[in-house]
Amino acid sequence: MSSSSSSDEERRWVPLRSRPEFSDVIPVEQDDGPNPVVPITYKEEFRETMDYFRALYKADERSLRALHLTSEAIQFNPGNYTVWHFRRLVLEALNHDLHDELALTEHIARGNSKNYQLWHHRRWVAEKLGTSATTEELRFTKNILSIDAKHYHAWSHRQWVLQALGGWEDELDYCQQLLEEDIFNNSAWNQRYFVITRSPFLGGLKAMRESEVCYTLNGIVARPENESSWRYLRGLYKDDNSSWVNNPQISSVCLEILNAKTNCVFALSTLLDLISHGFQPSQEFTDAVDALRISDSEQRDSDVAKAACFVLESVDPFRANYWQWYKNKHFQNA
Amino acid sequence: MFMAELAARKHVQFILSKAKEKDSYESVLMEHIRLNGAYWGLTTLDLLGKLDTVDVNEVVSEVLQCQHESGGFGGNIGHDPHILYTLSAVQVLALFDKVDVLDTEKVANYVAGLQNEDGSFSGDMWGEVDTRFSYIAICCLALLHHLDKINVEKAVYYILSCKNHDGGFGCTPGGESHAGQIFCCVGALAITGSLHCIDKDLLGWWLCERQVKAGGLNGRPEKLPDVCYSWWVLSSLIMIDRVHWINKEKLAKFILDCQDIENGGISDRPDDACDAYHTYFGVAGLSLLEYPGVKPIDPAYALPVDVVNRIILGIKE
Ligand SMILES: [Zn+2]
Repeated sequence: MSSSSSSDEERRWVPLRSRPEFSDVIPVEQDDGPNPVVPITYKEEFRETMDYFRALYKADERSLRALHLTSEAIQFNPGNYTVWHFRRLVLEALNHDLHDELALTEHIARGNSKNYQLWHHRRWVAEKLGTSATTEELRFTKNILSIDAKHYHAWSHRQWVLQALGGWEDELDYCQQLLEEDIFNNSAWNQRYFVITRSPFLGGLKAMRESEVCYTLNGIVARPENESSWRYLRGLYKDDNSSWVNNPQISSVCLEILNAKTNCVFALSTLLDLISHGFQPSQEFTDAVDALRISDSEQRDSDVAKAACFVLESVDPFRANYWQWYKNKHFQNA
Repeated sequence: MFMAELAARKHVQFILSKAKEKDSYESVLMEHIRLNGAYWGLTTLDLLGKLDTVDVNEVVSEVLQCQHESGGFGGNIGHDPHILYTLSAVQVLALFDKVDVLDTEKVANYVAGLQNEDGSFSGDMWGEVDTRFSYIAICCLALLHHLDKINVEKAVYYILSCKNHDGGFGCTPGGESHAGQIFCCVGALAITGSLHCIDKDLLGWWLCERQVKAGGLNGRPEKLPDVCYSWWVLSSLIMIDRVHWINKEKLAKFILDCQDIENGGISDRPDDACDAYHTYFGVAGLSLLEYPGVKPIDPAYALPVDVVNRIILGIKE
């Protein structure tokens, strides 16, 4: 594709009205509705490109010059979905080589990767190319994620690639690598959950649980303030509360964090979750929670669950109403 | 409860000036989403009690010119139809009590035609699937009184298949929980009377964890707060009756701190540039917080409550 490489970008833009291949086209201005059109102050080149685009689009001209024109229009404004739509009609009509599209979308992504159109186009192309596109699509998303590791479009595309085209083999390692770089990356935790529950090679949640619990608990001990790792841990016991309550590793990590006395919100909430599902806390838990009270004047309760709720109300004041509700709902009669 | 003040008059001026601006480079880049812009701007004006400053007939005729022969609407005159702009068109007409200018059957057929076998919805003929489109289809059809044209049970089933272990929802099954997608899913479930299918306590806790120290709300763990999430998170919390789990005063202060007091408009975060999108979400967020002088907005339909009452309940004021 001539206009998608960076050297061409630097080439001077030739007005469409001076290009011989467009001499027969009468440009069509945007119909701005009933309001009078005020003098044009935006880039003349962009306007001219769009006027010529509208002419070819109206005439439904699915030609090579139309293909080139859409590529120019897209580079001026990648958000204009009608141009992308028309481009796909032209590509289909010409039976054009789709590998060029990968270069175009990658080029557009360099400018603004948070554009729905480019991802939609990319998927349309990858779907047509089939499994031959797998490696390239995994590389492309990895590249975007190396710049923004929480990029929602990139993750979404990557999940689609795995499910539609395959390439699961190295995905758990990839999640591991991203979590080593940033253990707070919720997108990477989500992808990890996606892999262990959906990869055809790993045997599913139950088969993966033991090793995943160990991995996650290590992450929790390293950064106990990390909402993502705690939620992941709980997700490992989705629909299996009795295993959740009966794994002693979990309660002992909670105790360890409570005793360290910093960043205890999620350890306390997990303790509450365990107790509400039948866990019987020992005296050690009562002592650890009691020691977390900021001052002696603070409310205390002989019941460890209620005491934990009181602590949460004071250390997490934005959500005081939530912890109060939690106490009343689960431990009213304790 | 509210320390700072809403510069309502300035925001009205800001919105009106944005609407006139058809020639700027920025507005040309936005050309293809003009109907979305009309919805944000006009709903903001209505919430601030200033809808009468615009010419109804002009708006209606402009909206109708964006309609495609398929029944769907494009983002502007001459653009391809898409479900996104079809909802905006219906919402804008609803603001003016003008939905009856439409051949509602035809519009509803366009939307219903986008439902897939698994219950999900595509955005247009090109087939992109996203829970955003499920919400848009359901909201649009409810406003047109044509929910019967789709398989609601399957639509709900698909949305529930996008629910995650943390209680939130993503764009497709397995997609990361995201406040914007959660609004769409909870909104669609609310409109179809299916909220009993979700764990409100678990989702409510995830949503209230979105409030950060600055008082604002983020859309995912460890992300920066942003005014538009005041809408996505807050409306979801209201729909599941858990809004008292966040600190409302702190949130209102965050939104008010994002105003441009001199030139009007609201930005994503304090001291950033203002735009119509964040101005709408800021004002809508304050409306949900019952800020004085702002009309109440419906958290599911994203339209003023009186408009929803008129259309859904048939109550004329
Ligand atoms: Zn925003």
